Amino acid sequence: MRFKPGDRVRVVKDDVVYEGIVLPKTEFSSEDIIMLKLDNGYNVGLSVEDAQVEVLNENVVSFEFEEPSQTFFRGGGNLRISFLSTGGTIVSKVDYETGAVKPAITAAELVDMVPDFKNQVSELEVLEVYRLFSEDLTPKIWEELSFEVAKRVKSGVDGVLIAHGTDTMTYTAAALAFSLRNLPIPIVIVGAQRSSDRPSTDAVLNLKASLKVFTEAPFGEVVVSMHGHTSDEYVLIHRGVKVRKMHSSRRDAFQSINDVPLAKVVFPSMEFKLINDRYIPRARLEDFELINRFSDEVALIKFYPGFECDLIDGLIDKGYKGLVFEGTGLGHVRNACVDNIARASELGVLTVMTTQTLFGRVNLNVYSTGRRLIKAGVIPAEDMLPEVAFVKLSWLLGSYNHLSVDEIKRLFLRNLVNEINYRHEDFIYPRWYHGD
Amino acid sequence: MEINYEELGLKVGLEIHQQLATKGKLFCSCSTSLASESTPKVEVSRYLRVAKSEIGEVDPAALYEMLKGRKIIYEVPRGHACLVELDEEPPHPINMEAVLITLGIVKALNAKPVDEVYVMRKIVIDGSNTSGFQRTAVVGVGGFIEDENGRVGIQTICLEEDAARKVDEGKGYVKYNLDRLGIPLVEISTAPDIKSPEQALRVAFKLGLLLRLTGKVKRGIGTIRQDLNVSIKGGSKIEIKGVSKLELIPKVIEYEVMRQLKLLEIRDELIKRGLSSEELTYVVKDVTQVFVNTKSNLVRNALSKGLKVYALPLKGFNGILKVEVQPGRRFGTELSDYAKAWGGVGGIIHSDELPAYGISAEEKLNVFKVLNLDESRDAYVLTLADDESAERALQAVFERVKNAFVGVPKETRAANPDGTTKYMRPQPGASRMYPETDIPPLRISEELLKEAEKLKPPTPDELLSRLVKEHNLPKPIAEALVRDPLIHTYLNLVESFGRSVAPHVIASTLMIHLKGLKSQGFDVSLITEEVLEKVFEGVGSGLISKDSIPEILKEYLSSKGSKSVEELVKAYAVLRREDLEKIVDEVIERNRESILAKESKAFNIVMGEVMRVVRGKIDGKIVADVVREKLSAYLKKK
Repeated sequence: MRFKPGDRVRVVKDDVVYEGIVLPKTEFSSEDIIMLKLDNGYNVGLSVEDAQVEVLNENVVSFEFEEPSQTFFRGGGNLRISFLSTGGTIVSKVDYETGAVKPAITAAELVDMVPDFKNQVSELEVLEVYRLFSEDLTPKIWEELSFEVAKRVKSGVDGVLIAHGTDTMTYTAAALAFSLRNLPIPIVIVGAQRSSDRPSTDAVLNLKASLKVFTEAPFGEVVVSMHGHTSDEYVLIHRGVKVRKMHSSRRDAFQSINDVPLAKVVFPSMEFKLINDRYIPRARLEDFELINRFSDEVALIKFYPGFECDLIDGLIDKGYKGLVFEGTGLGHVRNACVDNIARASELGVLTVMTTQTLFGRVNLNVYSTGRRLIKAGVIPAEDMLPEVAFVKLSWLLGSYNHLSVDEIKRLFLRNLVNEINYRHEDFIYPRWYHGD
Repeated sequence: MEINYEELGLKVGLEIHQQLATKGKLFCSCSTSLASESTPKVEVSRYLRVAKSEIGEVDPAALYEMLKGRKIIYEVPRGHACLVELDEEPPHPINMEAVLITLGIVKALNAKPVDEVYVMRKIVIDGSNTSGFQRTAVVGVGGFIEDENGRVGIQTICLEEDAARKVDEGKGYVKYNLDRLGIPLVEISTAPDIKSPEQALRVAFKLGLLLRLTGKVKRGIGTIRQDLNVSIKGGSKIEIKGVSKLELIPKVIEYEVMRQLKLLEIRDELIKRGLSSEELTYVVKDVTQVFVNTKSNLVRNALSKGLKVYALPLKGFNGILKVEVQPGRRFGTELSDYAKAWGGVGGIIHSDELPAYGISAEEKLNVFKVLNLDESRDAYVLTLADDESAERALQAVFERVKNAFVGVPKETRAANPDGTTKYMRPQPGASRMYPETDIPPLRISEELLKEAEKLKPPTPDELLSRLVKEHNLPKPIAEALVRDPLIHTYLNLVESFGRSVAPHVIASTLMIHLKGLKSQGFDVSLITEEVLEKVFEGVGSGLISKDSIPEILKEYLSSKGSKSVEELVKAYAVLRREDLEKIVDEVIERNRESILAKESKAFNIVMGEVMRVVRGKIDGKIVADVVREKLSAYLKKK
């Protein structure tokens, strides 16, 4: 009874005869189990103990993964688009025959999924840069990815579309926003909360809306294109440095925090509506510049009651050059930690304060703790998201390591790509359900 | 017509879907009860991505076009659906209560549980599942159920989630309510071992009873659904969906056999006429000009809406379209089903049925002329539609006509309430199934199996001894009951009234009185479970005597709906003892002379007259007691 995944076998057990294809084991399956795909399509697991297994045909299906690939598609439109894939739900497809998840998508599959590509692009390049879950991305990868994007921007394409896992999309969006200076085109990061192999996937609409950004948007910014509602009614185009995943699973998980999304694309009319006039217009191609070094000596620390202040010393002693705090309320950590932060400043370590409330701005002038933190050298990050402040500090410390601490501090407080919004109007705070 | 099903090679397979009465749904904690009209709800709209590779094999392109861009609206009733049903949150771990009930059923059907259960995604793109697939898992395989005509094999026992409830459909949209989505369903598929319509009913009944006896399944309208696979020699395996009533099963099978035989006759006739499917050409012609001055309201209305009259000529088909394939359904009706399903048109009009719908004989003839057809040999099909719908509708009709040369095309059909069926959709190709990666495999351990043993429903023999020992039914009645579909009604009534009404009273009402009324020629199907409930409510509360049950039921049937059962129960209300005593006193007083003259016959005289007045309103034994008491007191006094 020597059988392997891909073989067609007959299993006889308790007088019942099963025929099907042996599937590769999953990590959840027990040791003694053979996983069979029956002819009716169902998978069943059978214990091989007291079972007879006979191989009928060998290697009926193959479970080999394809190598990452670059493919092209020529269509009848006039847009030149580069589609770079890093991995994630949006490019995951399940193979019917094997049931295995293939985290790869070809140009042909993309066009099949969103037929709009066919009549809008003249040339579509699909390149699988990575095959990673977004939680496995690193600042090193931001550098490589921004390089790949810059190469295409310089080649004069009309748009770069990046497929990305949703979990750390904000980080990558911010990294690209800081490193791709003076963008002549919009860079759209797109993801999906329901994988593309599902009939109910949100990828189709998110991708369709992305195409609209390339033709209609007046801005040259890094944006995120995701559902704005649980219904398939409209897709929001968020500024990459102001967007955050606010739900673990909903389609409309991505929302702009402390800002209004830049635009929305309404379905099915596909009307593009600019809804925020505070945007960065498209720059001239010759002004475009890539500045893309990121320091991995920056930490993002969430403060909590009982936080042990010597954790700060530990990070400094490990060689960290920047610490971004998610403080409470207006931007506080316990008074006992003020001395540790002062020590950091003395040693040339930059400390930044953001708020765990996410909504609103930090203000260190209201309470005495805040005032003491300022004195200890903390930089208040205005209304920046903690993740964005973290990426910004990493980028400044990586790309401008020849500058003095004070100069970096000044740069940090400068509003580079609208990551700071100085005016919060009442309506940018969401309404929750309060019974009715 | 007497049909020899054995000779025809009839093969029937049953697929039974039964909702389980679990506390929560299969993959979330929502209640399994349905929302009411007044439940507050919001609406969410979606579009499903339709991939060509995921549709069945028959004409996928057309189906793809039809489903593409269709808006799906979901009503989300508060309290009955959460983010899981909305496809906004991954499924929670599988409901173990549902798994255990299913394992109990697996055991009762002599089937073998698999060692590891994998939940699969079965692609369904009509919108009835928000995800675009139905989650389903094989739990057991290879069982059987005993039957008088031999064992019927059980192929698979699956646990799956129910689909959303369709509430509305219109041009370009379909609307579902999410309350039903996710209710656990057990699906039992038999092998095609059933050889007659009666056997199918019997097996369906046995499976239904077995499910019911788990005590863990939902009851009432829509909680159990039967699908049938029917084939005969030379015909095709036809899937028939949604037979909601058990009693309809034999009729559906008979009608399907009739249909297949008729379609084979049509095929033979076409061949005899020297026709062939290759020679048939697809042409659609706009024949609106024939009808510019028509008197037909149907056509005039359509024309006023900007629609046109399109014709599909069918050379050599004269008389074929009016062949009746099922009662009230002609071959033309079959074609009409295709036009409706694929073109979204109201239907078709064919030359074999004209003149009709206000269309004159002259107009009929003119269409023949315009189409260059011979009215004595040829036929045509008309549809009132816009250009695009007409094209799709008539293309589908044409494909169906071509299949007439093959005989019985493979189809999925839907059962009508009268037992006939109509075309629903093509049969799906190889099932499009892939693993539900959000749910880990479930090991069926010894502990689970031990736990499931407790949920195994009793066998018919065990039920019989329970009826005799616990319900104190006479053995012959109990034996008849376990073999009768009325067992369900019996168990329901005992459940509701068993404490106040002796089970044997309920049993004899069903098995003796109802059968008696039936043999007297009454239509006892009018005595619904609700009617019986009202009657036993009356008996249970002491309002009426159990002796009055047969009379109430008989009067109810005789009145043909003019008297409500509530009225009758009131009319038969039991006499109070004081009232009875008063009547007895009056009767004695009136018959004073004859009583005193014949003391020995006094009891019979009084009893007879009293009973004439009070029959059915009070127990005869009580009457006798009162009469005896009053008489002896009266005689003593004298």
